[in-house]
Amino acid sequence: MAKNEMNGFKVVAIGGSAGSLETILAIVQGLPKSPGAAIIIIVHRKNDLESILANLLSFKTHLVVKEVEDKDPIYPDHIYIAPPDYHLLIEDEHSFSLDSSEKVQFSRPSIDVAFESVAEVFAGRAIGILLSGANSDGAKGLLKIRESGGYTIVQNPATADMGYMPQQAINLGAAQHVLDADALVATLNGLF
Amino acid sequence: MLKDEELDLLTGLLSEKYGYDFNNYARASLKRRVGRLMAIDRFPSFAELLHKVNHDAAYLPRMVQSLTVNVTEMFRDPSVFKTIRESVLPVLGTHPLIRIWHAGCSTGEEVYSMAILLEEANLLHRSLLYATDLNPMVIENIKKGIFPMSQMKVYSENYILSGGKKDFSRYYTAKYDWAKFDENLKSRMIVATHNLVSDRSFNEFQVIFCRNVLIYFDKTLQDHVLNLFDDSLEKLGFLVLGSKENLRFSSISKKYVQSDEKEKIWRKMK
Ligand SMILES: C[S@@+](CC[C@H](N)C(=O)[O-])C[C@H]1O[C@@H](n2cnc3c(N)ncnc32)[C@H](O)[C@@H]1O
Repeated sequence: MAKNEMNGFKVVAIGGSAGSLETILAIVQGLPKSPGAAIIIIVHRKNDLESILANLLSFKTHLVVKEVEDKDPIYPDHIYIAPPDYHLLIEDEHSFSLDSSEKVQFSRPSIDVAFESVAEVFAGRAIGILLSGANSDGAKGLLKIRESGGYTIVQNPATADMGYMPQQAINLGAAQHVLDADALVATLNGLF
Repeated sequence: MLKDEELDLLTGLLSEKYGYDFNNYARASLKRRVGRLMAIDRFPSFAELLHKVNHDAAYLPRMVQSLTVNVTEMFRDPSVFKTIRESVLPVLGTHPLIRIWHAGCSTGEEVYSMAILLEEANLLHRSLLYATDLNPMVIENIKKGIFPMSQMKVYSENYILSGGKKDFSRYYTAKYDWAKFDENLKSRMIVATHNLVSDRSFNEFQVIFCRNVLIYFDKTLQDHVLNLFDDSLEKLGFLVLGSKENLRFSSISKKYVQSDEKEKIWRKMK
């Protein structure tokens, strides 16, 4: 892909924990054929679930689904999954990097870490989505995305499986929109 | 978050004044390390950190320790060690003297894991394990052979997943919160500082481990270091990288084949 073609693509960063899988599947299934954005998914999961997520998602979409390896390039119309036990960072607009440093919010990958990195590199081109979960990872990172001019959506805690995580983001003032899963999918697709 | 210019100032100072070259480290991760250090050591501003580094040489070890990531465990990614047991050790067994290099081995958990594998294959007595890291503080631990007792449950599970058949606790003696590993395991280890950025090849090996070190480097430095490994590896030797690292972006990749579809083990063919 030529460099100038890649300039300016959007990045959708999706963070989820307990109870988020269904919504992630719905989001991925609902994506248009060519969203023109890179989709980055960070979920907390057990190490042994390793490649299952990538597999599951690839049944739902025609886009390429890839669990990230170090220095992998970032392309639009690709879905990237943070690998277990590494923090996912954005090295620059064109590549990821990984880091196995201390857990953050008891998590590695940490949604906060990935979101902050997305905010720093993609600023106004970032869309941050925080889904169901039972810990407070992600809220601070989502706030960073919002403060850097990005667009943020939080799943409605009242209808999410686990409302705690999205509620933390709302409390911090990180949520531009609070939406039920269906509305979230529709709103996201309106942004492409 | 640190600005690019600030990071450049710091890495510039560290290399000019102290000879530690972090210039080609992956920036996203390095910025987080500096940010973390500033938070923990309570520097009110970047200028003050820079001033400290510039005027207090005694702070250097702390700086180096904080910029690098030392997280490691025994039999990390157990399936790699299983593959080594099954496919690599039989090849090594044909050599009269087995030389292995653990580059960037941190506090030594990986080296002890390999020593256990060699011991169980009855190869340890004719092996040499070179354990190197840039950080003099972490390698001190390898010489001591002492690891936190709290980790032993996880390590013993990893050991079993790696194909270990014995009772893992036979390899250490518990003393309060610490597990002291068998002297015999370290009898064949050679421990030294070695900086992959600036130091040269120092021997030829049949196996080089460099796991979860390259992720902290940018692509240019990765290529430099992989060439250093290429110069240090015998033909038909094995290069073992971390589970999310890959040879494919590097100039040496043509000479290597991945010896197992799933594991990050490459064999040098030319
Ligand atoms: C995350 S640890 C990896 C430990 C072990 N190999 C593993 O995979 O569990 C990374 C190590 O690389 C070392 N390191 C970083 N830069 C280095 C360099 N330029 N030369 C040698 N070692 C380096 C650090 O000091 C740290 O101990």
